[in-house]
Amino acid sequence: MFYKFAATALTALAVALPAHAQNFDDPVEFAKQKDMLAATANGAAETPWLQYYGDVMADTSAFKKDGPHTICFSNAGVNNPWRVVGWNTMQAEVDLHDNIANFVVTDAEGSDDKQIADIEDLLAGGTCDALIVSPNTTAALTPAVEKACEQLPVIVFDRGVNTNCPVTFIKPVGGYGFGIQSGEFIAANAPAGSDVLMLRILPGVDVLETRYSAAKRILEEAGLNIVGAEFTDGDRAKTKAIVEDYIQRGNQLGAVWMDAGATSVAAIEAFEDMGLDVPIVTGEDQQDFLQKWQEIGMNTIAPTYPTYQWRTPILAALKILDGEAIPGPEWNLPQPAITNDNLADFVNPSMPPLHYAACGCENMPDYPARWGGK
Amino acid sequence: MINRLKHMNPVFLVLLLLFVAIAILSPYFLQPAGYMNFFKRAAPIAILAVGQLYVINSGGFDLSAGALVTLTVIGSSILLDGDASATWWVITAMLAVGVVVGTVNALVVSWLKVPSIIATLGMMITLGGVALTWSGGAPRGYLPENFRFFGRYLIKDLPVIKILPVAVIVMVVICAAMWWLMHRTNYGKRLVAMGDNPKAAMLAGVPLTQTRVVAFVMSSVSAVIAGILLGGFAGVSTDVGVGLELQAITAAVIGGAQLLGGRGTVGATIAGALVLQAMFTLLNILGFPKPIRDVVQGLILISAVVIAGYRRRRSGG
Repeated sequence: MFYKFAATALTALAVALPAHAQNFDDPVEFAKQKDMLAATANGAAETPWLQYYGDVMADTSAFKKDGPHTICFSNAGVNNPWRVVGWNTMQAEVDLHDNIANFVVTDAEGSDDKQIADIEDLLAGGTCDALIVSPNTTAALTPAVEKACEQLPVIVFDRGVNTNCPVTFIKPVGGYGFGIQSGEFIAANAPAGSDVLMLRILPGVDVLETRYSAAKRILEEAGLNIVGAEFTDGDRAKTKAIVEDYIQRGNQLGAVWMDAGATSVAAIEAFEDMGLDVPIVTGEDQQDFLQKWQEIGMNTIAPTYPTYQWRTPILAALKILDGEAIPGPEWNLPQPAITNDNLADFVNPSMPPLHYAACGCENMPDYPARWGGK
Repeated sequence: MINRLKHMNPVFLVLLLLFVAIAILSPYFLQPAGYMNFFKRAAPIAILAVGQLYVINSGGFDLSAGALVTLTVIGSSILLDGDASATWWVITAMLAVGVVVGTVNALVVSWLKVPSIIATLGMMITLGGVALTWSGGAPRGYLPENFRFFGRYLIKDLPVIKILPVAVIVMVVICAAMWWLMHRTNYGKRLVAMGDNPKAAMLAGVPLTQTRVVAFVMSSVSAVIAGILLGGFAGVSTDVGVGLELQAITAAVIGGAQLLGGRGTVGATIAGALVLQAMFTLLNILGFPKPIRDVVQGLILISAVVIAGYRRRRSGG
C-alpha cells in the first residue's frame, strides 16, 4: 500500500516538476541569446525600440479598428528606479500620439492578486481597445492574461507569461545576454586566474538568475577563480561591507561582477576607501556608475536592460489597431552594452544618479524634467 | 571578584567570545584596519539602539526609526543635490525633522492614548510614504563629500591605532552624551521610574508627557544621526533604513533591556549592538548563506530574552 502510494506520488512529482521548476541555466536559451547578441537587428539603428531580430511576424489584420483608441495598461508596479524611468518614458510615448484618446493605467503595486483584479476590472470596463500587461510574476498572471486574450489584443512586455496567446511578448535579448556581455568582458580583461567576486541582488528572479548563470558559466570556462557569490539585497551599505570583507580576507580581486548596477558605485568605493586600485567592477546604465567610470578612468562594461523597451508596447498597440503586422509572438529588442568606446555618449551629469541612460528618451516631450533631470 | 563576575551582564562575555572567534578565524580583525572597520559599521546601529533604549525604558517601542533613517538619506540628497555649501543647514533641518517626529510620536502616545507600537507603526508608514512621494520612487540628487565625511572619512597615519573612522568618533561622542543623560541625571531616573510603573511615577511627581517627549525625541534624533552616517558610508538608496528599527530593538534586548520598560543600560545596549554586528561578521566569515544567517539571528534573539528572563527570576529582580 505504502509503496503504491509512494510510487504514485513520485510519478506525480516527476510529471509536475518540469512544468513548474524553472531552469535558470538552460544551454539552449543561452546559445539562442548569444547568437542574437552577435546578429544584426532589423530596422533603423537610431530607433532601437522598434528594432527586432528574425523575421517571424504576427498577423494583426483582424484587430484593425478606427481611432482614436483607448489603450489600457496593467502595470506590475513602479517600485524600483528602473521601473520609474521606464514608466516616465512610456507616458512620454503616449503624449506623442494624437491617435490615443485615453490611456487607462492600473498600478498593481507589486501584488499578483491586485494585478489579477486590475486586469478583470479593465476588461469589465469594456472601453479598452488594446491591453498592455507588464506582469508582476509569470505563473500567477498567466490565467488573467489568457482570459484577456479572448476579448482583445494583448501585448506583454518585460517579464513573460506561460502562454502564447498575446499578440506579442516584447523584451530585450534577455538575462543570459546580460550575463554573457559582462562575463565575456571579465574573461577577456581580468588578469588570468584572478579572483572574481559575484554580487547579486536576491535569489529566485528569472531575469537575475539567468544573468548569474550565464556569467558564471563563462567565468568558470575562462579559468577564473570565483571566490564568492553574495546577495546584497540591492543595499549599498551591505554591498560596500561585503566587498571590504573580501578584500580584507586577502582575496586578490581582479573583478567584481554585478547582476545589476544600482550598487556598483558602493563596490567601487570599497576599493577607493582602502587605498587600492579599482579593478573591473561591472555595472549597468545608471548615471552614477557611468559618471564614476568616466571620472576615475576605469576599464569596465555596462550591459543594459534598456528602459526604451517601455516605448515599444505603445507603438505595438497602435500598429496592431492599424492592422499592421508586428514581430510576434516574440519581439526581441537589441540589448546594447556601454563600453569604454561609447561611454561619453551616455554620461549626463544633469540627470539623477539612478537614471537609466539607455532610455531612448532624449528627444521626447518634457525631457529632461519628466525624468527628474535639469 | 567572582561575585562581581556573576553579576556582570552576560552580553559582555558573549561579545568577548565573539571577538575571540572572529580573531581566530580572521587574524586580519586584530589589525587596526580590521577592528576599526568593524566599529565603523557598528556605529549607526549602536547609536540607533541607544536611542531606542530611551523609548524602551519609558515602556514603549519606536518602530519609526528605520523609516526616519531612509527619509534622512533621501531628504538630504534631494535638498543638497551635490551642493557642499548647503550641508550644514540641511543637517540642522534634518535634526529638526527628528525633533518634530519624536515629539509627534510622544504626544500621540500621551494625549491620544495610542499604544506606542501602533503610533510609531503609523509614523513608520507615513514617513515611508513621504520619502517615496518626495523622491518619486528613485533616488535623486547627490550627497556632497562634506556630508559624507561623517560616515566615510578615515583619519589616517595615527600612532598605535593607525586609522580612525570619523563614524567611530561620532559614535563615542553621541553614546557618551546619551549615557550621561540616562545614568547621571534626574531625567534618567524619572524615565526608568515611568517605564517601571507609570502610575507610581506619576503619583511621585514625574511629568509623564514631558519625560516621554524627551525619550522619543532622543530616539528620532539618533535615527537622523544614524541616517547621516549610513548615507555617508555608502551613498543614497531608497531602502537604506529597512529593518533597522528591529535591529535596534534586538540590540537593546540582547543587552538585557526589558521590553515594556524600566530596565536597561546604555553600556549593555552598545554591547548588544556590537554583538549583533559581530554575529553578522562571524556568520559572514563562516560563509553561511543569508537564509541561515536569518535563522541564527532569530534563534539568538529568542535565547537572549530567555536567558535575561531566567537571570531576573534567579536574582529576584
